[in-house]
Amino acid sequence: MSAAPQKAKAGAEKIEVIVSAVVPVNELVTRFEFRRPDGAPFPPFSAGAHTVVEMRDQGRTRLNPYSLMSDPADPSLYAISVRRDDQGRGGSLYMHRQVKPGDRMTITYPVNLFPVDLRGRKHVFLAGGIGITPFLAMIAQLERLGARWELHYSVRNAALGSYADALTARHPGKVRVYHDDRKQAIPLADLLDGQPLGTHVYVCGPKGMIDWVHRTATEHGWPKDNVHSEEFLAPQPGTPFEVRLCKSDMTITVGENESLLEAMERCGVDAPFLCRGGACGQCETDVVEHDGSFIHRDHWLEDDQRASGKKIMPCVSRFVGPTLVLDR
Amino acid sequence: MSRIQFPKSIASRPVYGILAPRPGKAHLMIADAEGAEALLDLAAQDAGLMARAHILYIPRATGEAYTERLRALNPAQLYVGPSFDAALPRLRRVLSDAHMGLQVYLAGTEGLMGRAAAEVAAAGIPYGAVQTEHRGSLARRMQCVHCKGITEDVTTDPFVCSHCGLNLFVRDHYSRRLAAFQGVCIDAEDPGNIPEPVELYK
Ligand code: FES
Repeated sequence: MSAAPQKAKAGAEKIEVIVSAVVPVNELVTRFEFRRPDGAPFPPFSAGAHTVVEMRDQGRTRLNPYSLMSDPADPSLYAISVRRDDQGRGGSLYMHRQVKPGDRMTITYPVNLFPVDLRGRKHVFLAGGIGITPFLAMIAQLERLGARWELHYSVRNAALGSYADALTARHPGKVRVYHDDRKQAIPLADLLDGQPLGTHVYVCGPKGMIDWVHRTATEHGWPKDNVHSEEFLAPQPGTPFEVRLCKSDMTITVGENESLLEAMERCGVDAPFLCRGGACGQCETDVVEHDGSFIHRDHWLEDDQRASGKKIMPCVSRFVGPTLVLDR
Repeated sequence: MSRIQFPKSIASRPVYGILAPRPGKAHLMIADAEGAEALLDLAAQDAGLMARAHILYIPRATGEAYTERLRALNPAQLYVGPSFDAALPRLRRVLSDAHMGLQVYLAGTEGLMGRAAAEVAAAGIPYGAVQTEHRGSLARRMQCVHCKGITEDVTTDPFVCSHCGLNLFVRDHYSRRLAAFQGVCIDAEDPGNIPEPVELYK
């Protein structure tokens, strides 16, 4: 695992923005567009990047990662699409209910954990539901480069297929939409066979879909390096537990509805992070001592690291037991 | 036994493994000389592989020693040719017609595996996805860093560049693109002061 770059403050650099538009896309999904108050251009980003949006929700700070969906060639705006999750921890509900055009917000510089491999001869995108967002930026980037791509987009039904109509209208030969309610499914095995050498496949969607694509691609002889995925996990609630932070010299309690990372932040500990979704590795923390069991939920640690009991990813993972001491 | 354990070296020096069957839609196998033994071992692990295998084989000094045994494996296609360069048009054609799911197996000398891996990478299969197994000669393919000429089958260190005649020291510094190690003038400071050539890895 690579060493984290040293920075003065945890998280990526921040950008102040104004919400320039709030556009309902369908019953569940809303698009938010941001501009800079001074009209300055946004930092450039590559397709696949995400930003972490800071929400001040009744004294509580929520930090949620969202893929940038806007055209990377347009520095005047950043756009994200947020799916309302009524069962979730409240970030998406806050975005849907509280955020209005003209609001000021803070977001981070883009970080890309899901880049297009530009060595690819062809790019096959597999999207499930709201997983479409990074592909909107990738399509814009690849269209400009004149690169070969195709999109296979699985949606629950036509009404919930965010951007499906626009995409099919603009790129008729390259976009296929599959509707769950019509019993249509992405014909993965057929798609993987017959692709030209040097094709890369990218998947963004629910965990089951991501695992299915990785597993099937391996069975079909695809190299690991040609299969890319991104899934941001949301921290899950759990039983409260106590943690001793030895460097900070304090003992804190992680509440039922907050992550270990959030609890540390609440107590004023400047803990490192980038994605807050178990994907980037930035928050990796050494365990000094433990008595109990870990609930590892990240996509970062290797199996042997988990088994060692010496590492935890505080953005998504929890602990059950009387003693946990961290080197933080 | 035609296998050798190379000593640990700098990161740029290629390392080789042992061929193992992998799931795939088609199997491309490229070998020279004793590399045939690695293909025979591979076939022994999974006889089913050969029905979808295309073998490109360059016997070099081994002559007829292995070709009949390779033929007896009943590969879907077997090409036996005099040199890698002679096989190259065929290899390129195979790669341009190939699809994802192709598995690539390389066996034999470093020069052959390096050149084949560079072709395969240029066709879109990453280096990490190509299996290799060293067998046979320890000779290296060397590039003279001064005149850029390539000398094939170098077996001693130092050696004389076959293009410009300089005395070159054999380095482990390797170029994947050129599929060659670098040779650097050994007597630039003190012309004529050339150590006695020693056989590589002996
Ligand atoms: S912040 Fe990215 S893995 Fe925890």
